[in-house]
Amino acid sequence: MSAREQILQRLRQRQGQPLTAPPCDFSVMEQRDWSEAEKLDRFERTLESVHGEVHRVSRGQWLDRLAEVLTTRGTRNLLAPINHWIGSALREAQRDDLPPLLAYDRPIDGWKPELFNQVDASITSTRGGIAETGSLILWPTVDEPRLMSLVPPVHVAVLEASQLYTTFLEAMRAQDWAAGMPTNALLISGPSKTADIEQTLAYGVHGPKELIVLVIEDDPV
Amino acid sequence: MSQSPHHIDVREFHHRAQAAIDSPKIRRNFRKAMDGLISKRKTAFEDWDLDTLRTLGANIRLKALAQLPDLLVQLEQQLIANGVKVHWANDSEEACHLVRDICLRRQAKRVIKGKSMVSEEMELNHYLEEHGIEALESDLGEYIVQLAEETPSHIIMPAIHKNTEEISDLMHDRTGTERSNDVEYLTASARQQLREKFMQADVGISGVNFAVAETGTLCLVENEGNGRLTTTVPSCHIAVTGIEKVVTSLEDVAPLLALLTRSATGQHITTYFNMISSPRRAEELDGPEEVHLVLVDNGRSSIYQDDELLDTLRCIRCGACMNHCPVYTRVGGHAYGTTYPGPIGKILMPHLLGLDETRHLPTASSLCGACGEVCPVRIPIPDLLVRLRQESVDGDHLHPARVRGHGSKRSAMEALAWKGWRWMHTSAGRYRFGTGIATRLRALQPQHLGAWTRYRSAPRLAPKSLHELVRERQTSRGGKSS
Repeated sequence: MSAREQILQRLRQRQGQPLTAPPCDFSVMEQRDWSEAEKLDRFERTLESVHGEVHRVSRGQWLDRLAEVLTTRGTRNLLAPINHWIGSALREAQRDDLPPLLAYDRPIDGWKPELFNQVDASITSTRGGIAETGSLILWPTVDEPRLMSLVPPVHVAVLEASQLYTTFLEAMRAQDWAAGMPTNALLISGPSKTADIEQTLAYGVHGPKELIVLVIEDDPV
Repeated sequence: MSQSPHHIDVREFHHRAQAAIDSPKIRRNFRKAMDGLISKRKTAFEDWDLDTLRTLGANIRLKALAQLPDLLVQLEQQLIANGVKVHWANDSEEACHLVRDICLRRQAKRVIKGKSMVSEEMELNHYLEEHGIEALESDLGEYIVQLAEETPSHIIMPAIHKNTEEISDLMHDRTGTERSNDVEYLTASARQQLREKFMQADVGISGVNFAVAETGTLCLVENEGNGRLTTTVPSCHIAVTGIEKVVTSLEDVAPLLALLTRSATGQHITTYFNMISSPRRAEELDGPEEVHLVLVDNGRSSIYQDDELLDTLRCIRCGACMNHCPVYTRVGGHAYGTTYPGPIGKILMPHLLGLDETRHLPTASSLCGACGEVCPVRIPIPDLLVRLRQESVDGDHLHPARVRGHGSKRSAMEALAWKGWRWMHTSAGRYRFGTGIATRLRALQPQHLGAWTRYRSAPRLAPKSLHELVRERQTSRGGKSS
């Protein structure tokens, strides 16, 4: 008999009383009733409390703010999506105050050392944000692969304020995650950190040292 | 390279506990860390109806356990449909073999690891190294512990027993890092050393916090990003998990996640919540080509047989029970000599190692109840400790002993003493006669009662028994009242 069958048999032929599943009342998770403004405030406050940087911008000025943010850091290059509107807008802008753009256009196996050692910053879209925990929702795609938000030392994420949810539960319900999960789904809530040395916080241990969120407050034109 | 806990005799608990108590450094390191964690947890739950949330957490775990075999089959089907390979292991040895075989098939020489307590339970690093495969821990705390050739002293903060200076010395000796008390510098050095390793690794091994049956999704909680690197950069990812980690649906994850991170470190959420459902698809540019899940039983299915002990399997491994435990805080994690220390270790390890090996653990508690009060899934840890104490002396007629190695603390002398006690207490005449004799011979009472009087004075028998006192009082008041 295989290990699988042995384990399942032991579990199925349980000796005790029959087990019944208790009802699960989720109402304690559904009590927050924040307005749009409160959600954004809370998101900002919570993310900033863990060293994240939040910039509220209008659709017309997000590029200005991005240029500012990257210039202050002396960023030499920026890894950006190819097909997403963020990437197109960056390429079309042709601005001198933005660093040269890099594209994640081949499998990781072909350019690991370059990605790990030479990329200064990346920019990605998000599928939404979570006010309660100050989290970003990312579903990596072919255009924005998994490592794009992880390996470069600075990660800039663009969030539409209209896609801010109160809680994780609300977000996964509204976006119907159960209907089909992507290969990888992520909640990102701040830059990489550790407190493994005597509980002293240090940032950028394995992932980005900085997480910068550009929140676009107005609706698409 | 890494030290196997096999070298540790769990039965030597008292000696290790004494040594830890005698070390001001260990006491200081733990006290400081636990105080911090306790206050952070409290703050993190301020906005919550915590009792109701804990009830929900407990019910979600109970619901999953009630359907455990069906959920495991569903999880397996979903994962296979998603392209993930699923393996089953009865015990640590089988699980180690499975991991080794995958590594061999892929001709893997270098393994990078994310934090996984199940892999500690399996002593996987030790096993892989014996088979010529380098297994490197990438969680900073685990990395430090591995450099020191030690085992984790806390399930969430593996290197909590060391202070900055010790870590600086260790990194200097082992990796040539400049000595420094600057935590940022030490962290940056580790980042540099491990980045190379991530790029070179053939296989990444991680644990699992929740496995969702509904969608076939493996959820990992972490702050550093090493978990994401481990599960994304190498071409093969192997996740190892205990069979109890399965939950019914995605929605069930939300309350458990809210409880887990707040209970563990007082964080609203960890930096990363990583949900993996399938390997890299043909069109994707990164992610592992192969993803494996190894489902490890290792004693869990025998815990599952018992209606009371079953609650042990609710655990979501937050560590709050140890953070709040007065014993753990004083003796530290290594004194226990087991993979899981503290209260959860005391109720889990007897099943993994047998009560003969772990007979002292259930008694290493003052039964103050703090662990049960903070447990996010309401495991009645103190009740289970009492149950295991009964098991270790062979239970009673209400609780037939069934844990492996039960009765290991039973002594004929003690059993006889209690038999005598019962004999004396089940007859009024014998009881009065007995207490009468005892009070009159009180001068002969020994002053030293072994371990009991090492830190306490011996209890003194009263000159007169309660019955005698009451009788005298009634007589002096002039007769019986009713």
